[in-house]
Amino acid sequence: MFKHLKQGLVVAVAAASLTLPLTAAGALSDDKVKIGVLSDMSGVYKSLEGPGAVIAAEMAIEDFGGSVMGKSIELISADHQNKPDIGASTAREWIDTKEVDMITALDNSSVALSVQGLAKDKKIITMNTGAGSTALTEEQCSPYGIHYVYDTHALPVGTATAMVKNGGKKWFFITADYAFGHSLRDNTGAVVESMGGSVVGNVNAPLSTNDFSSYLLQAQSSGADVIGLANAGQDTVNAIKQANQFRIVQSGQKLAGMLVFLTDVHSMGLDIAQGLQFTTAFVWNQNEESTAWSNRFNERHGAMPTMVQAGVYSAVTNYLNAVKETGTDDTETVRAKLGEMTLNDMFVKGGKIAPNGSMLHDMYLVEVKKPSESKSEWDLLNVISKIPADQAYISMADTKCSLVN
Amino acid sequence: MTNRILFILMLVAGLTAPFFAYPVFVMDLLCFALFACAFNLLLGYAGLLSFGHAAFFGGAAYITGYVTKEWGFSPLLGILAGTGFTLVLGSIFGFLAIRRQGIYFAMVTLALAQIIYFLALQMPFTGGENGLQGIPRGELFGFIDLNNSLAMYYFVFAIFLIGFGIIYRTIYSPFGVVLEAIRENESRALSLGYDVDRFKLLAFIISATVAGLAGATKAIVFQFAALTNAHWQTSGEVILMTLVGGLGTVFGPVVGAITVGALSHELSSFGSWVQVILGTIFVVCVMVFRRGIVGEIQRLATRKKD
Amino acid sequence: MSIQVILAQALLGLNVGVFYAMLSLGLAVIFGLLNIINFAHGAMYMLGAFLALIGYSFLEQWFGVSVQIGFWASLVLVPLLVGLLGVLIERFLLRRLYELDHIYGLLLTFGITLILQGLFSNYFNVSGTPYPGQPESLSGVMNLGFMYFPTYRLFAIVFSLVVCFATWFFIEHTKLGSRLRAGVENPDLTQAFGLNVPLMITLTFAFGAGLAGLAGVLAAPMYSVSPLMGADLIIVVFAVVVIGGMGSIMGAILSGLALGLIEGLTKVFYPPAASTVIFFLMVLVLLFRPAGLFGKEK
Repeated sequence: MFKHLKQGLVVAVAAASLTLPLTAAGALSDDKVKIGVLSDMSGVYKSLEGPGAVIAAEMAIEDFGGSVMGKSIELISADHQNKPDIGASTAREWIDTKEVDMITALDNSSVALSVQGLAKDKKIITMNTGAGSTALTEEQCSPYGIHYVYDTHALPVGTATAMVKNGGKKWFFITADYAFGHSLRDNTGAVVESMGGSVVGNVNAPLSTNDFSSYLLQAQSSGADVIGLANAGQDTVNAIKQANQFRIVQSGQKLAGMLVFLTDVHSMGLDIAQGLQFTTAFVWNQNEESTAWSNRFNERHGAMPTMVQAGVYSAVTNYLNAVKETGTDDTETVRAKLGEMTLNDMFVKGGKIAPNGSMLHDMYLVEVKKPSESKSEWDLLNVISKIPADQAYISMADTKCSLVN
Repeated sequence: MTNRILFILMLVAGLTAPFFAYPVFVMDLLCFALFACAFNLLLGYAGLLSFGHAAFFGGAAYITGYVTKEWGFSPLLGILAGTGFTLVLGSIFGFLAIRRQGIYFAMVTLALAQIIYFLALQMPFTGGENGLQGIPRGELFGFIDLNNSLAMYYFVFAIFLIGFGIIYRTIYSPFGVVLEAIRENESRALSLGYDVDRFKLLAFIISATVAGLAGATKAIVFQFAALTNAHWQTSGEVILMTLVGGLGTVFGPVVGAITVGALSHELSSFGSWVQVILGTIFVVCVMVFRRGIVGEIQRLATRKKD
Repeated sequence: MSIQVILAQALLGLNVGVFYAMLSLGLAVIFGLLNIINFAHGAMYMLGAFLALIGYSFLEQWFGVSVQIGFWASLVLVPLLVGLLGVLIERFLLRRLYELDHIYGLLLTFGITLILQGLFSNYFNVSGTPYPGQPESLSGVMNLGFMYFPTYRLFAIVFSLVVCFATWFFIEHTKLGSRLRAGVENPDLTQAFGLNVPLMITLTFAFGAGLAGLAGVLAAPMYSVSPLMGADLIIVVFAVVVIGGMGSIMGAILSGLALGLIEGLTKVFYPPAASTVIFFLMVLVLLFRPAGLFGKEK
C-alpha cells in the first residue's frame, strides 16, 4: 500500500512541478523582465546619470543573479538628449515593441513628466531617479510612477533653511528655464518666505547655457544676499565658475547651489567649490556597504557614484525583489508590493514608497571640504546634518496628488 | 508613366505598412514626407529656398495641440485649426519675404521663423522647453477611437494622401507650369506679362499650409507639440530629405523622407554618428547626386526609352 | 536701474559683440568677395576652439605625443589649420559648384556643418568641456569701478578689435586687397591682367575660415568648448551680416559690435527677448533697406 502511495506521491509531485513553471512563465509578460534606462547620455546631465546609470543597472541585475524565476532579465538603454519628445517617443516604442516592463533614470524633468504620463496610460512602472520636479508626485502624480531619490521640495528644506538661518534673507534666482528649474525655484522661494526671507528677483536662463555672466551681474545688482542657482549639472558648474571669475562671492554675496552632484564638485575642484552647502540623498562613504559598492562602481565607470546613479542600483534591485516576491511582473501587483516594502540597502535605510509615488527617506545637508581637508580624489564632502524624511518630503496629508487627496 | 508606377507603389506600401512596421514610426515618416513635399513645391518648383519652414511645421502643432487639449476640439477640427493658422501665418510671411530675392529671401524666412521660435519658447500656453504635452488622440467623427494604432494610422495616411494630392495638383496645373517658368527665368516670365510676385506668394502660401497640415497631424500622432519642431534645424532636416529624394520631382520628397527617417531610426544607437552620416549624404548629394534618388530613377527611365 | 548696471551689461554686450564682429567679418569677406554663403562658418569657429582644446589637453591621451600646445601657440597655429581646411573645401568641393545655383554652395556648407558637429559630438559632451589653457598672464580680474571684469575678457575684446580693423584696412586700403576686390568684380578681366584669380579665391575662403578659427581659440577660455557652440551663433551672425550689408566689411564689424551692445542692453530691460531682438531688426532692415545699413545693392 505504501508503495502505491509513494508512487502516487511521486507522480503528484512530478505533475505539480511540471505545472509550476507553466504558471510562473505565464506570470512574466513575454517570459522575461526587461528594464529600460532612459537618460541624457551626451549633454548637460550626462555625468550625473548617463552611462553611469546603465552601469549601475547592470550591476544590480548581476548582483541579483541575472535571472528571476529562471527567466532572463534584460536591459535596454537610450539617450533622450534632454528632449521630451524624443524621450516620450523612445519610451513609447520601448513599451509598444520592445516589451519593456520598467523604465528608470529619466533625468530632466520635462522628459520625466512626459514619459511618466505616457507610462501611466500604458500601465508601465517608472522609477524616476534623476529628475527633480515635485509635479511627478503632486499635480501630475501617477499610480505607476515612483520618484525615488530626491525632489525639489526636499532640496530647499535642507539648503535654503540653513542659508536663511545664517543670514541669507534676500534671494535672487537664476533659473533653468524648464519644468525642473521652475519647480525648484518655486519650492525654494516658498521655504525662504516661510522663514521670513524674501525673493527679490528672478532671471530665466535656457537649459545648457554656456555664459552666465550677464545673469550673474543682474543677480549682483539686485542687492540680494543669496544667489539661488535653480539649475543643475553643467549649468550649475558653469554658473559657479563664472561667479568666481567675476568675483561675485568676494564682493559679498553667497551662492546657493540648489542641486549639486558629486561629479559637479569634482569638476569644479575644491578651490572653487569649497564651502558650498547643498542637500543630497547619498554620500558614497555613508556606510560600509555603500563604500564597498561605490568602489566597485568606480572601477567600472571611472568615477564615484552620484546619488542618482546609486539610486538606479537600489531602484532596480528593489524592483527585481518585488517581482520575485510576487512571482509576476504585472504592473499593479508589483507596484502594490513596492508600496508595502520597507527599503533597506546600501543606498537607503527605512525607505517607504508612498501612495503618490514619492520614496520617503532621510536626506543630508553636506558641505564641500576645503582642499586641505580632502584626503583623496573623491573625498570631497562633509555631512553637516541629517534631514528626516517627514521634514524633507511632502506628507500624505498635504500632497496635491489626486490619488491620495 | 513613372509617376503612375510610383503612385501605385506608394499607395500599396502605405496601405500595408502598419502590418510590417511599427505604426507610430510610419506615421512619423508620413508627416515628414508631407512636410518635405510642401517644401519641395517651393524649392523644387518655384525655386525659392525657405529656411524657416519649421515655423509652420512646429507652429501648427502648438495650435492643434492647444485647441484639442484645452478647448476639446475633435482631432479633425484641431488639425484644421492648425492648418488654418499656417495659412494665415504663411500669407504674412510670404507677403514680407517675397519682396526679396534669392539669398535675401532665405534670410527673411529664417529671421521670421526665429521670431516664431521665440514666441513658442516664451508664450505660456506652449510650455516652453517642456512642450505641449498630453494632447488627446480623440475620436474621429465622434466614434472612431484614435487611440487605436491602426485607426490612427489610416487617418494619418488619408491626410497624407490629401496633402500630397494638393501638391500634385498644384504642380501639374497651368499654375505649376508658370511657377517652373518663373524658376527657370524670372525676368522672361515677367516680360511675358505674368504677375510673378503673385505666383510666388501663392506657391509660398500653399507650401506653408501643407507644411502646417503635416505638423498639426504629427502633434496628434505623438500627442506632443515639441519646441524642436519649430527649430531651424528641423528646416535643415527637411532640406536634406528633399535633396536626397529628388528636388523638383513629385515623389522625391516622399522617398527622401523615408530614407532619411529610416536611416536616423536604425542608426539611433550610434549617437552622433547619425549626424555625421547624414551630413556626408548631404555633401555627396550636393556634389554628385543632385537629382536625388527619384531624379536618377527618372533619368534612367527616360534613357531606357531611347 | 543704476548706471553701473547699464555699463556692466554694455561691457558684456561688447564682449559678445566683438565675436559677432569677427565672425560676421569672415562671413562678409567670403560673401562679399566670393558670393558664397558659408554655412559652415559656425562649425569652423567650433573647430578652432576644439583644436585649441585638443592641442592643450588631449595630444598625449589621443596620439601619445607628449606636447602641449599652449594658448599663444594656438592663436597662431589653429587659424592656419582651419584655413587649410578651408583651402581643401574650396578647392575640391566648392569650386565645382560655382556654375550652379548659389544654394548648392549653401547646402554643401550646411552638410559640412553636420559632419563636423556630429564628429565632435561623439567625443565631447554636447553641453561643453572647459578649456584649461587660459594663460596665467591673463588670469585674474580688473577692477573697473562699476564691476570686476576678468582680464582675459578684456584681452579678448582688444585683440578682436585689432584683428577686425586690421582686416578691414588690408582689404580696403592695400594693393593686395584691391586686387582681391577686382578679382571678384570682374574675374575675367582681372585674370587677363595676369592675376591668378582662382588662387585668390581659394586664399580668400581660407582667410575667412581662419578668422572663424581664430575666434574659436579666443572663445575657448571664456565659454566651454562645445560641439554646438557654433550652431546657434551662426544664425545670429547671418543676421548681423544681413543688417550690416552683405558685401560690406566695415558694415559687418560695426553691426556686430552694435548688435552685441543692443543684445546686452536688452538683457537689462527685457531678458527673454535678448536673443530675438536681432531678428526683429533683421526683418526691418530687409524690408526697408535690403542692401543693409552699409551695403551696396548687388
